[in-house]
Amino acid sequence: MTAIDTAPRTPARPAAATPSRRTADRVFQRMTLGAGLLVLLILALIVLSTVDQARPAFAHMGLRFFTSSRWAPPSDEYGALSFIYGTGLISLLALVLAVPVSLGIAVYLSELAPLNARRVVTVVIDLLAAVPSVVWGLWGFLVLRSPLQRFYQTLSDVLSPVPGVGKLFEGPVSGLSFATAGTILALMIIPIITSLSRDVMDTVPVAQKEAALALGATRWEMIRGAVLPYSKGGVIGAVVLGLGRAMGETIAVALVIGSSGQITSRLFAAGDALPSQIANQFNESEGLFRSALVALGVTLFFFTIVVNLAARAIVTRTNRHLKGVAL
Amino acid sequence: MHPSVGKAWRAARRRVTPPRHHAVRIVAVAVALGVAATACASSPPPTGTLAETTLNASGATFPKVFYEESILEFGLRESRVTINYAGGGSGKGRTDLQERQVDFAGSDAVVKQEDVHNYQGGEFLYIPTVTAPITVSFHLEGVEGLRLAPDTIARIFQRDVTAWDDPAVAADNPGVELPDTDITVARRSDGSGTTENFTKFLVSAAPETWTLGAGSTVEWPADTQGAQGNAGVAGLIKGTDGAIGYIDYSEAVVLELSFASVRNSAGNYVEPSAASTAAAVEAAEINADLTYDPIDADGPEAYPIAAPTWILVYRNQTDRAKGEALKAFLRYLLTDGQALALELDYAPLPAALAEQALARVEQIEVPL
Repeated sequence: MTAIDTAPRTPARPAAATPSRRTADRVFQRMTLGAGLLVLLILALIVLSTVDQARPAFAHMGLRFFTSSRWAPPSDEYGALSFIYGTGLISLLALVLAVPVSLGIAVYLSELAPLNARRVVTVVIDLLAAVPSVVWGLWGFLVLRSPLQRFYQTLSDVLSPVPGVGKLFEGPVSGLSFATAGTILALMIIPIITSLSRDVMDTVPVAQKEAALALGATRWEMIRGAVLPYSKGGVIGAVVLGLGRAMGETIAVALVIGSSGQITSRLFAAGDALPSQIANQFNESEGLFRSALVALGVTLFFFTIVVNLAARAIVTRTNRHLKGVAL
Repeated sequence: MHPSVGKAWRAARRRVTPPRHHAVRIVAVAVALGVAATACASSPPPTGTLAETTLNASGATFPKVFYEESILEFGLRESRVTINYAGGGSGKGRTDLQERQVDFAGSDAVVKQEDVHNYQGGEFLYIPTVTAPITVSFHLEGVEGLRLAPDTIARIFQRDVTAWDDPAVAADNPGVELPDTDITVARRSDGSGTTENFTKFLVSAAPETWTLGAGSTVEWPADTQGAQGNAGVAGLIKGTDGAIGYIDYSEAVVLELSFASVRNSAGNYVEPSAASTAAAVEAAEINADLTYDPIDADGPEAYPIAAPTWILVYRNQTDRAKGEALKAFLRYLLTDGQALALELDYAPLPAALAEQALARVEQIEVPL
């Protein structure tokens, strides 16, 4: 890159242009380096200060901070397990609900939709992504809660007798629950997963698709054989970005999850998640309680990093695998 | 959370009415001088005698409406003083004051002894401003009035009693036909001074029954419903037949919720109101630093779940203009502001306590 950029394009006056251009290059390089280092610095400062503030809580609770699910500020008991569980469960629910829908929309947009429908749907999806999370949360609380509760009741009546899976749907049902939080999160991450996946699918070479069709593949076989494998890495990346947003989403979840820290397989029961607990309690917290809330933040930060690294590993592996096939 | 329509209307009315004569005068002058009226109306002459300054504050949300309305009224008298009360919760107010990020803080609770040394501005004073009852509001089709003993409330909020026709509820309400509706308990999901005062009441009045302790948040049973703010809890109650929850009085009045009469320590079932709350404050013992605990107070007419609130200020002010403005605002709160409190469904302080608080305001020291 640099070799191409710095190569003099006007050989007529190379001597005059080179020194000042070299300085400009150097200044520019320093500036971008500084910008890059700034990110690292900010991250380091965040980690340092939050870990420092969280230390009293970690010291007080020890490992029980992660293994206990009892969160009782009046008696200085801070166990985060139920919030970790809640964050994991609603993120998983959101993915289960959002990924099939998003992929469906993405395939439709990139392969099947007529051109003008494509434009309209794309705009609408982008608009969906622009809805602020507090609006999602209030809509969930004020509008969705009652109808969902009736729907949950029906679902629970029908599905809870089923052995095994039935455990997920047992009553009593609550309108503010893991399931509602998962649903709202799914709606929030659909636009991200959709638009990223669609962009990736658009990069599938036309030659590959035409080759598949020329071999006598139906449209579905072409999508399955040419489009999906080619875009797998990018789609996984999109899903993980969605997962990242779902894990960190705060205010929408805080409004609809019901705020009862508990570990249960019942999807229709109220629960709580790491970020919503922090948002709900921070203003009225002092001393050890506040430290415990910061510790929840550190925990969330840690999990987000793990998820991101895992995603990176998966994407790299898929790409390598793909290239192997291609060669 | 959301300023209610009624309050907004009252606020708007107050905003419009008093300055009208100013406007008339300005227009008259403008016409006489042949000056464009618009130019003049955009900058009315300042009122009051205080110097130009801005006071910043944060803290308790339960008296926020009262403080905001008072700030508006006070602003008409002293137009050079700007006061911002940001809310955010008592805990936030206290932390902000500790770090001197605000000029005064609202708090529903007394500062813990171990935190006193964290206050960077030295000695601070408690100025009581107003009180208000916390209602036990409910929504039960076919039932208008309800009477509840502290033990019954404790058992309901602990989920030991889960249906409205439970003998415990019936015992408090002889002659009332109670349906067999399931009880839905609505409570705050965010940390709140209202939760703190409500649970303090249960600890004090139902010590044998209530096991969850007291605090800005407690370990609620998993099958209770959490919602944000008074407005959120009120929304749950309104939308659910069989729901019960605790809500600040002004919010419950504005949203027209039904609320229960609660049995006090004298054995009487008392309805929450400004009068019954004032009775509780009068019966409470006032400490030397003007802190007091009106919860579960003695007195036949006292409503037992009354929330106190204070403004915390540093005794030694460092800025003359700010200090004078602060004292003037506190004086306003404790005199003319008290009538405003009643209008906004808060309970004014008993006259004796207001006198003591005024004397305390005069102890604030302002540099020359």
